[in-house]
Amino acid sequence: MSKALKPVIKSSLFFINKNNEPLFSKKNRALLSDPMDDNNPITVQVLGVCSALAITVQLKPAIVMTISVMVVMGASNVIISLLRNLIPNRIRIIVQLVVVASMVALVDQVLKAFAYDVYKELSIFIGLIITNCIVMGRLEAFALGNGVWKSFLDGIGNAAGYGFILIIVAFFRELLGSGKLYGYQVIPDLFYEMGYENNGLMLLSPMALITVGIFIWIQRSRNRKLIEKN
Amino acid sequence: MLKMNRDSNSYTFLFATIMVFIVASTLAFTASSLKKKQDENVRKEQMQNILSTIGIAIDRDGAEELYDKYITEQISLRQDGTVDSKINAFNISLKKETRKPLKEQRFPIYVANVIDSKYYIVPLIGSGLWDVIWGYLALEEDMRTIKGAVFDHKGETAGLGAEITQNWFQESFKGEKIINSDDILVGISVSKTNNDSKGLDKDDHEVDAISGATITGDGVTDMILGRLKYYMTYFDIIKKEVIKKDEIDSDNKIIALK
Repeated sequence: MSKALKPVIKSSLFFINKNNEPLFSKKNRALLSDPMDDNNPITVQVLGVCSALAITVQLKPAIVMTISVMVVMGASNVIISLLRNLIPNRIRIIVQLVVVASMVALVDQVLKAFAYDVYKELSIFIGLIITNCIVMGRLEAFALGNGVWKSFLDGIGNAAGYGFILIIVAFFRELLGSGKLYGYQVIPDLFYEMGYENNGLMLLSPMALITVGIFIWIQRSRNRKLIEKN
Repeated sequence: MLKMNRDSNSYTFLFATIMVFIVASTLAFTASSLKKKQDENVRKEQMQNILSTIGIAIDRDGAEELYDKYITEQISLRQDGTVDSKINAFNISLKKETRKPLKEQRFPIYVANVIDSKYYIVPLIGSGLWDVIWGYLALEEDMRTIKGAVFDHKGETAGLGAEITQNWFQESFKGEKIINSDDILVGISVSKTNNDSKGLDKDDHEVDAISGATITGDGVTDMILGRLKYYMTYFDIIKKEVIKKDEIDSDNKIIALK
């Protein structure tokens, strides 16, 4: 790297990181790791449950959804954080909605033109992302009051925490419901010949709720500080 | 601008106006500049789908060439089975067409000639659980046996209703008959109770349904019967023509023999 470039990079870093805090300080790392466990959007904040029920029938859509939500949350958190000192307080929710919706529409259009196959796979999820409570929740609770880099990490972290649950639930639902993983059959034909049957109930939404419930149970028995006292 | 009070009405209005203007123009610009490319994708996909019903698998980019080669006729029919030669069947949008009164509707059908076999391909449209579903059904020359089927959807639930796009589901339609032994159109039901999950019985007019996708499956059933019924008069006309032609041929043979 040439010497002339260094100050430029440093000053542009200053723009996203004003206190000269290391990019991955302990605090910033916590923004990524907290949502995985202590502050998981689904199992602790109970946000985004609706989509967690709808798209966890198979692993593949769950993984695709995880990646899409990561992109949308990372980017929309950054945009809202950049605008946070300009947004009028009274219409902030509308502004957040407009940012998320227009970005989603933009991605949808670009994919339709340049990556039609990906578009076909994703278009249904892209619509679902707008209604995902986690996106709005993080914009409102975090991006409006924090810097750009922190908001970005928070967005990615929460999307990962959400996706983590999605993938776990989808794993069990696909395995027990249709005997497959990622579309490939894993339970051998021999088992079926011996009388094993796929559990059709696993394919229906109630079992997703019960799977999430079991996960919450395991998580709280392991991490006791999550148990509410009343 | 920064000096303005962020909670004042005028600032809020100003912000909202600028935001709406920027967002609307960005979206409108992207949508209109990408429209041509998107339409091209949709057109090629339509060709790809039509080809795949008669067992020709090809990627989207190669579809146009093979389409021109194998699809020999694109016919738009009137309700009474006569041909309307003014309208290009490929450009008919079924979604718009179904909103018109029945007499003004045109029913597209494609005829494919592959080596020595002739196939009739009927486009379908119907409703799933959340939104529109559509597809193509290819019939063999006898106009009662299914050669192949393709389905697609706009917003069915991923992993449940959306499974109608999967090969294993579409595969189960192959060889099924749409007309029963009394010569009555019965279509194909997507059935939860057919006790034939392997699809071995090809004369039951049923295919095995998808767990958790009852309404999408019923949508497929209704779509097949609902669209095919408009083509029956045309098929009857063709069948009569074929019989006539055979008679003339045999008459000619007799004359030639004499």
